[in-house]
Amino acid sequence: MKKKNKIKITVNGKQTIINSNFSLKNLVDKLEIPLNKIAIEYNREIIDKKKLKKILLSKNDKVEIVHFIGGG
Amino acid sequence: MKNKDKFIIAKKNYSSRLIVGTGKYKSMTECAKAIKISGADIVTVAVRRVNISDKNKPLLMDYINPKKITYLPNTAGCFSSDEALRTLRLAREIGGWKLVKLEVLGDKKTLFPDAIETLKSTEVLTKEGFKVMVYCNDDPLMAKRLENAGACAIMPLAAPIGSGLGIQNKINLKIIRNQTKLPVIVDAGIGQASDATQAMELGCDGVLINTAIAKAKRPYEMAEAMKYAVISGRKSFLSGRIDPNLFGSASTTNNGII
Repeated sequence: MKKKNKIKITVNGKQTIINSNFSLKNLVDKLEIPLNKIAIEYNREIIDKKKLKKILLSKNDKVEIVHFIGGG
Repeated sequence: MKNKDKFIIAKKNYSSRLIVGTGKYKSMTECAKAIKISGADIVTVAVRRVNISDKNKPLLMDYINPKKITYLPNTAGCFSSDEALRTLRLAREIGGWKLVKLEVLGDKKTLFPDAIETLKSTEVLTKEGFKVMVYCNDDPLMAKRLENAGACAIMPLAAPIGSGLGIQNKINLKIIRNQTKLPVIVDAGIGQASDATQAMELGCDGVLINTAIAKAKRPYEMAEAMKYAVISGRKSFLSGRIDPNLFGSASTTNNGII
């Protein structure tokens, strides 16, 4: 079996290696993050959560995944 | 009278005039319980990165149900308009929140707000359809500018965030209250229940408290104290206090004295 190509991206400031054919949706699923509790920024652009499947990740992409925490 | 005393922010009616923060608690469980005891129906929340390496870390939304209590996303830790805008746009994307608390800080030591960055952000956010509750200094002129820029609530500080120093400038808060039709919510600096009562007696529409409850030795008791302090202060304000008098006035009639 042919080894899948991998790419390096940055997720929440950490270097992460993923399959080269991954979409943003694949990434969120892999991280097991509940979609209804987060927002996603892709290369500084906020992404409509309904369109995650359409965005294919490329080398050196920067993804930020945020949620609500306690604050005053 | 009391039934008509409504607390309205951006056309929505809230039952409690006490807004509480969700930071600094020992645990999510403690935070959720203190909020329940406080009776607050708005809580402030912050936006931060998801911890992607620890999937089992508890999530705030699992402890405080955003369908039952209004989440008020804030911009805690933002020191520029750009950071604040980025944060609130993300907050909106999480779940459609439009009611937000804007705070753009200008100094790490005092945590005083940067008035210019705050004003700039208010203008942009309002244009984007946000309902902006604005943290600001107790400066009546700035409060007016924020109102003109489209803010939906003015949130002047009583003292620096987390200081517990209580209300430092009653006169300015009163002027801010009297010059605006917007709700005025004292945000930051409350240390004890009497501070909250005092804010309400000045005529302010609400108070926002985090540290004073979360870091009290017994947060549940303090949450309850703050709940009643706000109710008490509001009733005191509405009931029309007596004029202060330098001299005494006997409570008992002299008629029939022996």
